Amino acid sequence: MLDLLYQPWPWYVAGPIIGIMIPLLLIVGNKAFGISSNFRHICAACTPANVKFFQYDWKTGLWNLVLLLGVVIGGFLGGWVFANPEPIDLSESTVSSLQELGIQDFTGFVPADLFSWEVLASPTGIIVLAIGGFLVGFGTRYAGGCTSGHAISGLSNLQLASLIAVIGFFIGGLLMTYVLLPIIL
Amino acid sequence: MKFSDFILYLTWGIIFGFVLMKSEVVSWFRIQEMFRFDDIHMYGIIGLAVLVGVISIQIIKRTGAKDRTGTPISIEDKDPTQYKRYLIGGSLFGLGWALLGACPAPMFALLGSGLTVMIVPIITAILGTYLYGVLRDRLPH
Repeated sequence: MLDLLYQPWPWYVAGPIIGIMIPLLLIVGNKAFGISSNFRHICAACTPANVKFFQYDWKTGLWNLVLLLGVVIGGFLGGWVFANPEPIDLSESTVSSLQELGIQDFTGFVPADLFSWEVLASPTGIIVLAIGGFLVGFGTRYAGGCTSGHAISGLSNLQLASLIAVIGFFIGGLLMTYVLLPIIL
Repeated sequence: MKFSDFILYLTWGIIFGFVLMKSEVVSWFRIQEMFRFDDIHMYGIIGLAVLVGVISIQIIKRTGAKDRTGTPISIEDKDPTQYKRYLIGGSLFGLGWALLGACPAPMFALLGSGLTVMIVPIITAILGTYLYGVLRDRLPH
């Protein structure tokens, strides 16, 4: 039984658990599932009130910030306490195309070639970590949601807007994967 | 915030973060695999999450279900006429997602798993959100 906590979970187990978050949050507190709003709440809590977009009571998002704190703890439990010692079972074609791009480390969740404090000192590290994060933060707020808010909550509510956003995710994602990433790495 | 609410949302966050780790959604490799259409993994997760979401939202809407406090459940519709923001913002997000290999929740889950360097994209994501707030009125929506 304890083995289950260490092993990776298949997609058909993880998907429904994530999906059930939507009705649970609605039933308990009329809350819409979406993680990226927390970046806005953090801005609203920290910045002087001279930007209109951040002039609201950030405490209305306190529930979401608490949920986010839980995500950090869940990451600690799932990725540290009950860490899976085996490398991820990736498809071979992904491994070979990433090897062609110069990725060598396939042992963890992320390649050590890109994700470490040492690499951060290189142009590649700055592009991946700093610019990557910036694009996620800017883009998600511009689009009004991220994977949880649009791809999961929004599509679940059959929103055309979310479908357009998800199409955008793929326009950007494919452009990065096939055109820009080979230049950056 | 009531203490019981605090525990409730914290617990769900913990479960969500744990599932993100165990299903490897947090993995840069899985995101690369997804954008290369090499495996069903990510599509299966998002697809089944949406399936469960669609069914449960339909049940909630058709039964007029109320939340814990007795207030009828309302879900705000998004305005599809603002297609520019969804398309442009979504594309910028997609560029970042494929580069960093992590969307917002995984950034925080990875930080919790001990990958301390994730604090860098978290800070720049907050800066990105702030810049959007500043430029908002000048951007097409």
